[in-house]
Amino acid sequence: MKEEIKYNFPTKEGKYGKYGGKFVPETLITALNELEEAYTKLRSDQTFINELDDLQSTYNGRPTPLTFSKRLTEHYGGAKIYLKREDLCHTGAHKLNNALGQILIAKYLGKKRIIAETGAGQHGVATATVCAKFGLECLVYMGEEDIERQKLNVFRMRLLGAKVIPVSSGSKTLKDATNEAIRDWIANVRDTHYIIGSVVGPHPYPMLVRDFQSIIGKETKEQIIKVEQKLPNYVLACVGGGSNAIGIFHEFIKNEEVNLIGIEAAGLGIDTNLHCATLTLGSEGIFHGMKTYLLQNEDGQILPVHSISAGLDYPGVGPEHSLLKDLERVNYQSITDGESLDAIMKVSKLEGILVALETAHAFAYLEKLMPNTKKDEIVVVNVSGRGDKDLNTIIEKLGDKI
Amino acid sequence: MSKIKTHLESLNNKGEKALTIFLTAGYPNINSFTELAVKVIEAGADILEIGLPFADSLADGPVIQSSYTEALKQNVNLKLTLKLISEIREKTNIPIVLMSASNPILNYGISKFRDDAIELGVNGVIIPDIPLEEYDNFFQNSFDGLDTIILTTPTSSEERIKSIDKRSSGFLYCVSVVGTTGIRNKFDDYVLENLERTYKLVENNKMQIGFGISSGDDVKRFSPFCDGVIVGSAIIKSLSNDDSNFTNTIKLVKELKSACKN
Repeated sequence: MKEEIKYNFPTKEGKYGKYGGKFVPETLITALNELEEAYTKLRSDQTFINELDDLQSTYNGRPTPLTFSKRLTEHYGGAKIYLKREDLCHTGAHKLNNALGQILIAKYLGKKRIIAETGAGQHGVATATVCAKFGLECLVYMGEEDIERQKLNVFRMRLLGAKVIPVSSGSKTLKDATNEAIRDWIANVRDTHYIIGSVVGPHPYPMLVRDFQSIIGKETKEQIIKVEQKLPNYVLACVGGGSNAIGIFHEFIKNEEVNLIGIEAAGLGIDTNLHCATLTLGSEGIFHGMKTYLLQNEDGQILPVHSISAGLDYPGVGPEHSLLKDLERVNYQSITDGESLDAIMKVSKLEGILVALETAHAFAYLEKLMPNTKKDEIVVVNVSGRGDKDLNTIIEKLGDKI
Repeated sequence: MSKIKTHLESLNNKGEKALTIFLTAGYPNINSFTELAVKVIEAGADILEIGLPFADSLADGPVIQSSYTEALKQNVNLKLTLKLISEIREKTNIPIVLMSASNPILNYGISKFRDDAIELGVNGVIIPDIPLEEYDNFFQNSFDGLDTIILTTPTSSEERIKSIDKRSSGFLYCVSVVGTTGIRNKFDDYVLENLERTYKLVENNKMQIGFGISSGDDVKRFSPFCDGVIVGSAIIKSLSNDDSNFTNTIKLVKELKSACKN
């Protein structure tokens, strides 16, 4: 292994280079400061660490396996492909890693009411799950369009005792659900904890969500060294807000020889206006409490975005990804709706894993990456979630091709 | 000396509380907006607060959000808002404050915004998503000539209120409630307690109260603890179904101003 490079973000002001920060109305500042203070204390508190470790192993099912993908490797004929199996987490995606950490903080802060936003519904399900386990009231804001395309997860949340609140403003997707969740938090900040589902929002959220998700990369590093005695050459993950990506990337950022590739949703194509390739096509702005890359018009209004996958359908991105793009430490690429559907079919048939539409974007990039890889190299793909929730969309799009 | 502060002082010296009326730029429509502003001033508004529509405004409740949606349908942006303000400026001398989310100003260019705003007659800005923590970074001392009005809320600590009072210019905007903008049918006990607390702590600025105030009765209840009141959602709600002479809205402004004089 080569010498590690220096990388230590955020600063104590919550900045990642020029990105990040705390761009929220005054009402929330005290709560954000309390959250930061509590988290700073808890992360080195042995009782908290033990409790979270125990939940991660006995409830969430960690560590998740690193699976060697023999048939995909043979199919491409290049590097060996390994899969980090976050789809095997309880509730079917990496989202529970963060929800478990945050519910413990909420418990410590004495908050009785939990709110969350959700796009694909995976974070909503994860939040509803931890609220059920800890006996706390749970409200999940979800765009009307997402409620339609992720019906199964809506039923799951209700079954878990959560109240799902439809959001009809704006584009009726994740952006608008997040607006409503923040407004709810402004009004109920005294007794409510807001569990943000991705590495977005005002400081300290991008940091604490990253910290709870970085277990993915820590396990991956240990597991790959155990089987291959070396680091991977490439690590791939899909990027919406960017929590599964930062989760697997973070541990490898200091190892410059590991190529990190984040894959955004190109929707119908980056030459159309129906995509959400924020890092590929966006510009600097302030939104949802953070300075970061955004898809916006020249007036500074946020643009409507599109992806077949509700979890990537977001016009912003976590501020740490914006920094990693500017530092050229992570290479950000994009994949269309159609390419992601092809990948779903391929991974199902060659590996026996139905991946989520979000995750399929990372797999689709193998088509471009693998021809340039060598047999003695290693690629790790983060399987951020399973695709059962997407069956309705998949049947609608692929019905007669299957 | 700040024009806004001088204006507030002269009103208070006459024994009146100031009345700031919030209007969404270009709402209910662009063509009659200047006429509306002039009528509102004639009916008794002492300061105008013009809101730049932003579709993802976090501090606003449903009433102001829907006025933003309507204004955005007419393509209201910062450039047009400044033009509307310059038209109003030709007809009045009272202070005009621009309220905006930070992102449209960032995109316009901060120093270009400062220059244009001053030239076209803006006296101060309120940017609710730039709290004390981001104040220096965002403004970079580049807002000379414009007042930068900062908000306190019931969740602000005493220490923060004092720091905000030091940095705020024009006036200090005391948010009455824990929540977003919008009419309140009743106010919890903490609201008056907080106003009283904040008013005692503020030393450098005149203090105006906003959020939830909708009637002359509200004004009378709050006026012992402030130098002026800001009314937004009640005005926007009235405009949403008013006639073309804005009859009900003007009546409301008169009622509010009359309560300010009591």
